[in-house]
Amino acid sequence: MNIHEYQAKAVLKEFGAPVASGVAIFSADEAEAAAKSLPGPLWVVKSQIHAGGRGKGKFKELGPDAKGGVRLAFSLEEVTKHAKEMLGNTLVTAQTGDAGKVVNRLYIEDGADIERELYLSILVDRSVGRPAFVVSTEGGMDIEAVAHDTPEKIINLAIDPDTGVTEADASKLCDALELTDAAREDGMKLFPILYKAFVEKDMALLEVNPLIVMKDGHLRVLDAKVSFDGNALFRHPEIVELRDVTEEDAKEIEASKYDLAYVALDGDIGCMVNGAGLAMATMDIIKLYGAEPANFLDVGGGATKEKVTAAFKIITSDPNVKGILVNIFGGIMRCDVIAEGVLAAVKEVGLQVPLVVRLEGTNVDLGKKIISESGLNVIAADDLDDAAQKIVKAVKGGA
Amino acid sequence: MSILVNKDTKIIVQGLTGKTGTFHTEQALQYYGTKMVAGVHPKKGGESWTSGVDASASLPIFTSVGEAREATGADASVIYVPPAGAGAAIIEAIDAEVPFIVCITEGIPVADMVKVKAKLEKSKSRLLGPNCPGILTPEECKIGIMPGSIFKKGSVGVVSRSGTLTYEAVFQTSNAGLGQTTAVGIGGDPVKGTEFIDVLEMFLADDETKSIIMIGEIGGSAEEEAAQFLIDEAKKGRKKPMAGFIAGRTAPPGRTMGHAGAVISGGKGGAEDKIAAMEAAGIRVSPSPAKLGETLLEVLKG
Repeated sequence: MNIHEYQAKAVLKEFGAPVASGVAIFSADEAEAAAKSLPGPLWVVKSQIHAGGRGKGKFKELGPDAKGGVRLAFSLEEVTKHAKEMLGNTLVTAQTGDAGKVVNRLYIEDGADIERELYLSILVDRSVGRPAFVVSTEGGMDIEAVAHDTPEKIINLAIDPDTGVTEADASKLCDALELTDAAREDGMKLFPILYKAFVEKDMALLEVNPLIVMKDGHLRVLDAKVSFDGNALFRHPEIVELRDVTEEDAKEIEASKYDLAYVALDGDIGCMVNGAGLAMATMDIIKLYGAEPANFLDVGGGATKEKVTAAFKIITSDPNVKGILVNIFGGIMRCDVIAEGVLAAVKEVGLQVPLVVRLEGTNVDLGKKIISESGLNVIAADDLDDAAQKIVKAVKGGA
Repeated sequence: MSILVNKDTKIIVQGLTGKTGTFHTEQALQYYGTKMVAGVHPKKGGESWTSGVDASASLPIFTSVGEAREATGADASVIYVPPAGAGAAIIEAIDAEVPFIVCITEGIPVADMVKVKAKLEKSKSRLLGPNCPGILTPEECKIGIMPGSIFKKGSVGVVSRSGTLTYEAVFQTSNAGLGQTTAVGIGGDPVKGTEFIDVLEMFLADDETKSIIMIGEIGGSAEEEAAQFLIDEAKKGRKKPMAGFIAGRTAPPGRTMGHAGAVISGGKGGAEDKIAAMEAAGIRVSPSPAKLGETLLEVLKG
C-alpha cells in the first residue's frame, strides 16, 4: 500500500527524522493560511500523487511552458497562485502513464537551502533475506538511471535483523555518502531512526530522494516515498487509515474486497485464472498469439462461487474487454465447482463477448459436461495452448 | 531415488485442526499412505484428530512441535497456520530441530520472514516455502497441496516458484510419458527458505533424476543466480538436460502480480533478463507454458 509524501514525512517525524515543517491542503482557499503558518520566505508547493517524477511532470490542462508538479514560491500570493493552478488538474509524469493523475492534495512546505543532494532507500534484499540500505551521493535524480550509468556510485548495505543498525553500519553509510561534521553526526542518528521506522511499520520500501545536506551543514529528509507490506497491514490500523482510494483503480479496489489479486492492463482479453504463476503465464500466451491481456486476475486456490462471480463482474465492467479466457488448473480444486461458478456468474451478469473456458484437474470431465450441457455460448478448450488460440481468434475474428 | 522426501518421511502437521489442514491431511493420507504422524495445537494436546473421509485414520495431537517430534520421531513438519501466526509456527519448528519444514501459508509479513531467515541460518533445519504448494515424490510422499492424481513416477525433477505452473509441468511430463522423481514448489514470496540453487544441487546429485524442468517468474534474481550456478557446475562436468519457463513477460513494471515476490522493481527482475540467463546456462526456455513437456522431449532427443 502506498501513501502520500506528506503522510510518509509525518510517519518519519514520529520516529524523530528531520523533516521540514509543512501543511497539506485540499483546496486553494487553504493555501494562504497554510503558508502563513510556516516561517518563509521560501515555500515549496508539492503535488501529492502516488507517482514519482512530479517535479519534471507537466499538467495536461496547462500549456507546455507551465511549471511542473513541484514549485517554489517566494511570496504568499505566489503560493496561492500555484495552488489554484495545480489543484484539480492532471499531472503527467514519467511514472503516471499518459493518462496522468489528478492532483487533489498539495503539500505546502518550508523551503530549504540545499548544499548537496543524496539518495537513500531501505528495502528487503531478497538475495540475503535482510533489510538493506541503498545509498548514493547522486541524489535528486532518477536512481534507475544512476544504477544503469554509474552502478559504482550505488552502495548496498544489508543489516543483521538481530542487531539492527550498528555504529559500524551507520559509519559505513556516512562514509558512502561522504558526510562530515554536523551532517555526519546527523547521519549517525538518522540511519538507525529510518531503520526502526522501516521495521516497526512493516514498510516494503522507504525511499528518501533526495536526502539533503543543507547550507547549515545539517541533514534533512527532503522527499519521502513509503510503501507498506500489504500482508502486514492487519497489525497497523493507523497506516490503513492513510489509504487514498482515489489513487487506485476502482476495479482493483473491488477485487481486493473479494480477496482477488487483480491488476488492470491495457489489452482487450480478460483473464480469470487460478494461481499467480499460471495467471501471468496466461497473459503471456495471449500475447504470444498476437493479442493483449486486459488484466491479471488470480482467483486463488479456494475460489468459491461468490469469488468467481465477483471476478466475472470485474472483468466485464472493463469496457475494453472483447473476450474472456477462463483458465483453471483445478488441482485439488474441483473443476465441476468451477464450472458451476462460471455458469452462475454468466447467468447473473450476462455474456456479451466470446468466452473460452479451459479446465484441467480433478473432476475435469464433469466440469466440461456441465459447461457443454448449459446451452450457453461457451467455447471449450482442451489445453492452454488451444484456449489461447481460440480466444485470440474469437476476438480478432469479431473485430 | 527422490529428493528431500520419500516413503519413510514422517510428518507433523501444524495447523491440522483447521479446515485447510484437515482437508490436505486427508488427501495426503490417501496418497500412497503418506506418513502423517501427528498434529500440533497449543490447546488441544492429548486429543486426537480423525479423518472425515476415513474413520480409521486418526492422528494424536500434541501441545507443541517439540512434544510431537519426541513422541513420533517425525523428520518433517507441514504448516497450514494462518499468516499472522505462521512465522512463529516456523520458528517453533526450527527450535524443535525439525530437519525439514514446509510452510504452505500465503501472506506472511516479510518482516516475519526476515526473522525466520535469521533463525534458519543458525539452525540445521531446511525450510521450503512459504507461499508454496509443497513437495511431492510420486507414489511415496505428498506434503502440501499438490494434486496427486496428475503425477507419475519417473525421471524428471520439477522445481518452480509457482503452484499451478508446477501442476502444468507435472501434467505435461506425465502425459509425455516421462514422469517425475520429485516436484518441489519453492514458493512465490520474496524471502523464503529454499531457493532454486538448493533444489538444483539436489537434482544434479540424484541418479534417478535424468532431466529437470525449472519454472521461474518475474521479480528478484533467483533465476539468474541459478543459471550462474548451473554454468559453474557444468564446468565441473555436472549437467543434466533442462527445460524452463519464465512467467510474467507481459507484466508491467512496479506492479505485484499476485505473488508477493512477483514484481519488477527498480528496472530489475524482468522476464527477458531471466530467460537470457537461463538460455546461457543451457536451459531450453519454452515461450509457451503449454509446451513444457514438449520442449523437454525435444531437449532429450538432442
